[in-house]
Parts: sequence; C-alpha cells; structure tokens
Amino acid sequence: MIDLLEGIVRGLGTGSVYALLALGFVIIYKATRVISFAQPALMLAGVVLVSHLAGPLGFWAALPVAALLTALLALGIERGAVRPMVGRPAFVVAIITLGVDVAIRVVVNIFIGLDVRNVHDPWGLDSWQIGSLQVQQRHVAAFLATALLVAALFAFFRFTRMGLAMRAAADDQEAALAQGVSVGAVFALSWALAGALAAIGGTFATAGVSFDGNLWLTALVALPVIILGGLDSLPGAVLGGLAVGVAQELVATYQNDLPWLGGNVSVITPYVLMLVVLLVRPYGLFGTREVERV
Amino acid sequence: MTVTTRPPRGRPLLFTSYPSEMSLFPTTTRKVAFGVLLAVTALLPFLLADAELQLLATCCIAAIGAIGLGLVTGYAGQVSLGHAFFLGIGAYTASVISGDPDGRTVGYGVTNILVWLPAAGLVAGLFGVIVAPLATRLRGLYLAIVTLGLVFIGQHIFNEWSSVTGGVGVGRPAPTLEVFGWSLFTTTASATRDQKLFWLMAALLLVFALAARNLARSRVGRAFTAIRDRDIAAGVIGVNLARYKTIAFAVSSFYAGCAGALLFTVTGYIEPTSFSLLLSVQYIAMVLIGGAGTISGAIAGAFFITLLPRIIRELQAFLPFISTDANEVPNVLQVESILYGVLIILFLIFEPRGLFGLWVRARNYWKSWPFSY
Repeated sequence: MIDLLEGIVRGLGTGSVYALLALGFVIIYKATRVISFAQPALMLAGVVLVSHLAGPLGFWAALPVAALLTALLALGIERGAVRPMVGRPAFVVAIITLGVDVAIRVVVNIFIGLDVRNVHDPWGLDSWQIGSLQVQQRHVAAFLATALLVAALFAFFRFTRMGLAMRAAADDQEAALAQGVSVGAVFALSWALAGALAAIGGTFATAGVSFDGNLWLTALVALPVIILGGLDSLPGAVLGGLAVGVAQELVATYQNDLPWLGGNVSVITPYVLMLVVLLVRPYGLFGTREVERV
Repeated sequence: MTVTTRPPRGRPLLFTSYPSEMSLFPTTTRKVAFGVLLAVTALLPFLLADAELQLLATCCIAAIGAIGLGLVTGYAGQVSLGHAFFLGIGAYTASVISGDPDGRTVGYGVTNILVWLPAAGLVAGLFGVIVAPLATRLRGLYLAIVTLGLVFIGQHIFNEWSSVTGGVGVGRPAPTLEVFGWSLFTTTASATRDQKLFWLMAALLLVFALAARNLARSRVGRAFTAIRDRDIAAGVIGVNLARYKTIAFAVSSFYAGCAGALLFTVTGYIEPTSFSLLLSVQYIAMVLIGGAGTISGAIAGAFFITLLPRIIRELQAFLPFISTDANEVPNVLQVESILYGVLIILFLIFEPRGLFGLWVRARNYWKSWPFSY
C-alpha cells in the first residue's frame, strides 16, 4: 500500500514535468498547427544554461534567466526555420524542426562535455516523512511549480488581450488576421512560451540527480502525452502528463513482479499507453475530432 | 489501326499513347543513360579500392531501405518515423534464420541468402500490416508520433531480448552471405570479398529499384499518389484507403526488412542499440534530401547520406579547424550530425524536391540553352 502511494506521489512529480513539456508542444500546435520536434533540444539547452548559471547566480536567479534565454533561442528557431515555411504542409515543417533538434543538440552537447553536470537545485534527494510515507521534496516542488505555471498560463489565455489574440488565432488564423491580430506575433510568442516551459520542465526533470546528453529522451515522452490528451487541448496536456507520469512510476514500482517484460519496461510505458488509447480514441482523450471537407 | 508507341524521330518528349508515356524508360536518352550506368556499375569494382567498394555496397543497401521509406512517405504520403523498427525486425529475422545453431544466440543455421532475405522482408512486411490499421485511423502528425513510439518499443524489445539480439553492447553476428553453400563473403582467386559484395548489393538494388518503379507506375502506385495528394478526395473517387495504406506499409516494411537484413552483413555484427530514432531520422533525411516521391531521388539521397561521413573526412583536409579527435571541438562527428540537421532544413526550405529537383533544374537549363526560358 505504501509502495502504491509512494509510486503515485513520484508519478505526480514526474508527471508535472511531462505536463510542462506537453504544454509547450500544445501551445505551438494550437498557434501554428505544427508539432515541434525541436522541444527536446530546447529543454536540453535550458537545463545546460541553468547548470552553468546556477554557480554564479544561484538556482533561483538562474532558472528565470535560463528560461528567458531558451525562449530567445526558440524565437530564433521560429524566425529562421519555421516562419519561411508558413503555408507548407505541417509534416514538412515538423521534419524541419526535427532537423533543428538534431543540429542544436550537437551544439548543446559540447557544453555538457564529459563532466557530470547537475542543476544545483535546493532540494537534492531530501524527503519529508509523512507517517510511513516518504515524499521527496523535488517531486512536491515540481508539482507546485507546475500548478503555479498552469494557473498563470490559463489566466493569461483567459484575461489578457494577447491571450485572447492567441485563442483567436488558434481558432481561425485568417479571421484573426482580418480582425487586426498579429498572427506573426502569436507564432513568435507561442514558440517563446514553449521554449521557457521546456527549460523549466527540464530543470525539474533533472532536479536532485545529474544529467547527460540523453536527457532529451525525457522530452520525447511529452509526445505520447499530447497524443493521449489530444493535440489541441491544454487541459488534456496537463491531465495527460500527470496520468502518464503516474502510470510510468507505478509500472516502475511493480515491474520486478513481471520479469518477462524485461528490465526498465517503465521507459516504454508511455508509448504503449499511447498506442492503446489511439486504437480506441484516434483524437486523444480531449482532442477535437477533425472534420475534413473535400 | 496501329497505336504508335515510339515517339516520332526528333521529338523525344512527344508521347502519342498512354503506355509509351508510362513505360519504364520513356525516351531513348533514358535507355542509353540507364545502359551506361549499368556498365559503369559493373566495371566499378575493377577501378576502385576495396574500402571504397565496401562503402558503396553499404550505399546500395541503404538505398533499398530508402526506396521503401520513399514508397510509404514520398508516394503514399504516410509519414513514418518508424523505419528503424522495421529495419531491426528484418535484421534479426535474417540473423536468427542464418545464425549458428550452436552459438550463444538463437539460430537455425539456414545460411542461404535466398531463404533469409525474403523471409526477413516477409516478417517485416507482416509487422507493417499489423501497424497499418493505425495508419488507416490516423493521419499526418498523429501517425508520425505513433511510428516514433514504435521505434522506442522496438528498441526496448531489441535491448532486452538478449537470447535473440545478444543484448546491449554485445550484439550478435550478422547473417551469412551464402548461396547454396557458395560463400559470397570470402576472397577467391577470381574476385575479392568486397568486389563480390558490391556486385551483389548493386544487383539487389537494381532489382528492388525496378520493382518499386514498376509498382509506382501501376494502379497501386496511382492509388498511393492519390492518397498522398488528398486522401478524402481519393476515397471519394473510389480508392479503398484502408487497403492501399495497408499495401503501402506492407511494401515499405518489406523493403526495410530486406535492407535491415543486408545492412549489417558488411560489418558482420548487429548491435541492438543501432535501431534508434537517429537511424529513422537518417532514412527520412535520405528521402527528403534525395527528393520525395521519386525512386531515383531516394537512391541519390541514400548515397549522399551514407557517403556524408566520408565526404566530411575528405573535406577535413581543407578545413583544418575541424578535428578528427573525438575529444576536441568541433570534431568530424559533430560536424556530421549538425550537417544532417542543417541539410534537411536547407533542402526543405530552398529545394523541396531535393537532389532530384537540383537535377531537374540543371537539365531544364541545358535543355533550353542558350535561351533562359
């Protein structure tokens, strides 16, 4: 029973990270109808920035600075590689972001080098004891940070003029353009938001442990998450992220009881979950069913 | 009444009947060019050193895989990031069939290439059929992500199923190149190992490429193109979407399976971590850089991407700031990975038809020379 509860708590912690990363994908998708395969590189860039800046600036100053710089990098990608492709098929743009991802990760890997790097977070592996339940602080921190950011994002989309503009552009780009919304600014802002979210998500993903160049695989887990939640649903991304996190940690807790699946089967749990959900609901749990006219 | 199938003399591009336009080699120039290419390929082993031949043999195998991906992605428009998975299925099917029965890993000792090559293709094709229902339900980016998931699931299975794959970091021997007990993989008095290897792979590439070209100009190929251009419109005019998407995945996986089976015969060893997302991205790059929707483009792209490390190594002599030492920055490996990414971006932005498009441009320029239009 304790195992189960601890698994769920850990799952909510890792799930929060997935939710942040998935939100980035969904924001870009809603604004530009493109899935950005560059998110893994952006996340890695953000984490590397935090790990380099945390020494001189301290963790709490390094995190926003790194998020800002990653947002700038994302802006650059949008401007240089994605904006020229407006109007081309979504698949072509997706492949371009894949190319961007490969190229940026090589550069970022140079700054990782061969050392063991970490983000110098204040939590480490410390934990609180609640009854017989052990809760790691980093998981609580990830969960709280995600809750805060999600609340802020929802308020932004609901109450600000720019948020309204983004919702309008997501609904119908031409109509929004005709009403004076700067769709280009919406594209840019969505990429910047996604970059910042990737940096923050990545930092919480590696809090307490060290990281290397393989960290980018974590960001790819956000892909099953957004498929699960539906490509164009922000609540779907959050709930999907938490669900995938919990499912993954529960499988990790009990995988030793199922040795025939091989070690570390929890790594592929999100993908298996995605396949199962897609066979039943092709547009995810909360996604909009696409209506096509010939 | 007779149907003229040959174009009138002096006007090679005037087609007077549908069959003549759809034929494999519609103009005399193409026939001659193809003949010259065949002759050069046949003579190449006498001109090049063994190391180069080995590299070119690898190019031929990669081209078979790229043609497969080109059929499903370029012709039928179904984006697949899961090519590495099917390559892996083919590689392990072949090596299990031809493996040493007394070895550390599972093997049945049927070393004849005529057995394990089709078997590898068929098993991979079967998996393609299993995956196809997803493709018929999903479109575009959803499909890309699902096939990406396939790569991760496949990698897990390959890494963990060590009785078949040998496990991470260890691997298992690749299938044996042998026809009815006559080994193709040993140097004899008449030809060296690499000469035989190159001839074999070039011949196989020829067979696979012609088969793909034939498929593309048939009823099935036209159905693929219709689905790519607009699947709903294709459905409305009577193309059975489920059926043709399944065929596309089956054929593509068959090609991938065969390519996977052959790919590791050159190095002789299969390591389970080879079948990663990077491999899929490389094949996507081959198809896109070569030119999506053409067979010759896929072949050109495969040769280009496979030769890229070699080209960079040659360029290194002229660009001294690139280091060959893996511990220095920037080194050859880094430049190579960045180039994959940058080339994909540049080609998609500036020449979406890829290398094939560059060739069309050059050809059209000289066709109308000295006029500029």
